[in-house]
Amino acid sequence: MNKHVSPRMNRRAFVIGSATLGAGLAIGLDIPFGGPAVVRAADGSPEIGAWVVVRPDDTVVIRVARSEMGQGSLTGLAQLVAEELECDWTKVTTEYPTPGQSVARKRVWGDFSTGGSRGIRSSQDYVRKGGATARVMLIQAAADAWKVPASECTVSSSVITHTPSGRTTTYGKVAEAAAKLAPPPDVKLKDPKDWKLIGKGVKRLDTVDKTTGAMIYGADVKLPGMLNAAIKDCPVFGGKLKSFDEARIAGMKGVKKVVKVGDTAVAVVADTWWHAKTALDALPIAWDEGDNAKVSSASIAKWLAEGLEDSQPAYVGNKNGDAKAAIASAAKKVEAVYSYPYQNHATMEPMNATALYTADKCEVWCGTQNGEAAFAAVLEASGLPAEKCDVHKVMPGGGFGRRGQTDYVRQAVMIAKQMPGTPIKLLWSREEDMAQGRYHPISQCKMTGALDANNNLVALHYRLSGQSILFSLRPEALQSGMDPIAFQGVAQSGEAAFGYSVPNLLIEHAMRNPHVPPGFWRGVNVNQNAIYMECFMDELAHAAGQDPLEFRRKLMGNHPKHLAVLNAVAEKIGWDTPAPQGVYRGIAQVMGYGSYVAGAAEISVTDGSKIKVHRIVASTDPGYVVNPAQVERQIAGSFVYGLSALFYGGCTVKDGRIEQTNFDTYNSMRISEMPKVESVMVPSGGFWGGVGEPTIGVAAPAVLNAYFAATGKRIRSVPLRDQNITFA
Amino acid sequence: MANLTINGKTFTLDVEPDTPLLWAIRENAGLTGTKYGCGIAQCGACTVHLDGVAMRSCGISVSEAEGKKITTIEGLASRDSLHKVQEAWIAQDVPQCGYCQSGMIMAVAALLNEKPKPTDADIDEAITNICRCGTFQQVREAIHMIASA
Repeated sequence: MNKHVSPRMNRRAFVIGSATLGAGLAIGLDIPFGGPAVVRAADGSPEIGAWVVVRPDDTVVIRVARSEMGQGSLTGLAQLVAEELECDWTKVTTEYPTPGQSVARKRVWGDFSTGGSRGIRSSQDYVRKGGATARVMLIQAAADAWKVPASECTVSSSVITHTPSGRTTTYGKVAEAAAKLAPPPDVKLKDPKDWKLIGKGVKRLDTVDKTTGAMIYGADVKLPGMLNAAIKDCPVFGGKLKSFDEARIAGMKGVKKVVKVGDTAVAVVADTWWHAKTALDALPIAWDEGDNAKVSSASIAKWLAEGLEDSQPAYVGNKNGDAKAAIASAAKKVEAVYSYPYQNHATMEPMNATALYTADKCEVWCGTQNGEAAFAAVLEASGLPAEKCDVHKVMPGGGFGRRGQTDYVRQAVMIAKQMPGTPIKLLWSREEDMAQGRYHPISQCKMTGALDANNNLVALHYRLSGQSILFSLRPEALQSGMDPIAFQGVAQSGEAAFGYSVPNLLIEHAMRNPHVPPGFWRGVNVNQNAIYMECFMDELAHAAGQDPLEFRRKLMGNHPKHLAVLNAVAEKIGWDTPAPQGVYRGIAQVMGYGSYVAGAAEISVTDGSKIKVHRIVASTDPGYVVNPAQVERQIAGSFVYGLSALFYGGCTVKDGRIEQTNFDTYNSMRISEMPKVESVMVPSGGFWGGVGEPTIGVAAPAVLNAYFAATGKRIRSVPLRDQNITFA
Repeated sequence: MANLTINGKTFTLDVEPDTPLLWAIRENAGLTGTKYGCGIAQCGACTVHLDGVAMRSCGISVSEAEGKKITTIEGLASRDSLHKVQEAWIAQDVPQCGYCQSGMIMAVAALLNEKPKPTDADIDEAITNICRCGTFQQVREAIHMIASA
């Protein structure tokens, strides 16, 4: 049985909280003469730098600031620290600092946000340095005790050895002395070729409790005297709460209070959530829906289609040569219009947060992908200063980008603020979760390609029309109005760069922002850009009378890393050999989140409408692979998420609101529908790319291209259920 | 009031007879290992055993469950050791976020009771739980690992 314990909700995990440290004299803070302060964890064990606590029994507690939500970063980040620390991996456990504690310590743990496949790649440098710093201090402490130079000491698996004399000690024995040393100003990180733990598919640190029911998710939080809240926000985005008839639910069992939440929502607070939800369902509510109630999927589609016209303004994201002129004079012209719908994250656990508000304190327990953003939401909603607030992260039942938002945190605080002293657990129903998403943005894309007389691609015009996430969520990140992430996967350069050389290229985005709130949804804009580009690339290859792989290869000479992953999947799936009888193949590649990925699918199609996916091969070059077992799971999981969206997803708008209400109308793939994903990892080193998201991009286009190979029919819109195509 | 036998213990709970079993288990009996995912018996996160049969507890009322032997994820292990499905889940590192896994494990445990050596087709038919993280590959491998033990 594995010894690791899960990061549990523990309010006392860090005694050096904001208030105590700010007060100058803190429990657990030693101030020795002439030396730096020793910061202690709750059990009295000393910190060796902010990232590491060493207990007397040699247990090493590694602090993790980013959020675990299933993607495995908790384990990967611990591996990075432990690699440099040279500690005994079997004695590693992990702990979340709180955002309040981090802010009070000048953000010693850095950024908490866990999105954009950044968990590992954005913190790898400083967490490895955290491990290395602690190692140097621990060795120095042993050397000091032995009165020998530190250079004569080595360490392996938490055991320090003085090589000339053969004396040994352990981290646990020297931790107290090490904690009193000044951290070295500069530490050297290992050469990747010397890594022992990084690159190893060690087991996750948080599995056991997930198999016994013991893991505490946000929805499972229990506090003394806690009440439960169910909420309904205006189903028409932008609308307001007009009125509700509280008298009609007076006397319903368990109901304690009905509260207005901001201008847009109403919540029922009751002894149990079931009572709260039952009463809320019976509560007559009138909404001021406003003009947005006139919006429908059809009206949005019409508006977006207008944006595809050249006469409409658009931002240019990638350009060279003169695409329009080259198209006008080309031997052959290929044109197609694609579209991609809204998608709900549909995390298994609906949004929830538990808040306790008193006159001088506000604390929240919740699953979040961004502890600091949740913390900021608590400050704002409570009106209390930072030193009186905190957020305790618990395990989220899925994130996929949804829990990077803080709407549900704010709501919980707004309810709790109306019942001071009583902890309130706010849990959304699945229906509320479907109605109040931050949806994958909607778009259309018109592509025009030009082939010369020799069937070479000489021009490509890629015109997007659709919604910007940044416009809604981070307007300060727009660049003169342009949303740079709209071009993920087709960008000129950077972490989501286009992988083809086309002499005349124009990639542009007519930004049109419907009222439906958009959000970052696993893979974000790589999803539709990879479908548009990779399916159209297939159309171009077909028009040129060439093999889709060969056609791509000719355009990828200047993009060796893109090409390498494409070649890797082609080889693994056996592109050069015939597929089994009745089985057809599709292939796709894209770059996103700093990683190069490709995918290939083998499918068969019955009656043109029943698809069986027999095989999936996916390749990634993320630079470095910290934990291949977890990377393999992320690749496979991204295909389940991406293909669920392709086959079953799609949120539609009627009367200004989302029509899908639960998994019966927004289905998700089951085990019977999902083949094994064969992953091929080809880390080429020298850069750090993301893992959780990039491969989702190639899931849908690989299958769609295989569908064309099987049927000769192009599918240019998602989901397939709208075209009566489903799994066999 | 209802009397429910959960994991071998009798609970006398202050619930209305039409309360979904899921919420009686979670809120009244305080066993939160059984999860709420959809409330309409679609996702399987709330799967428990009723007299050994896997059932979605959000779709069963308390009154229907009275007099039956209810087993939740907390009651799957014996006093001394985890259930073989839990052990296989740990060995194969199955869970990602883990939220669906209580229900997944209960569904698999019931399948294995009925068919100790299920084929892929048996698995496809019996295991219809939703996992948004996409752990299906590890779920299948873990089931086969148990079957071949």
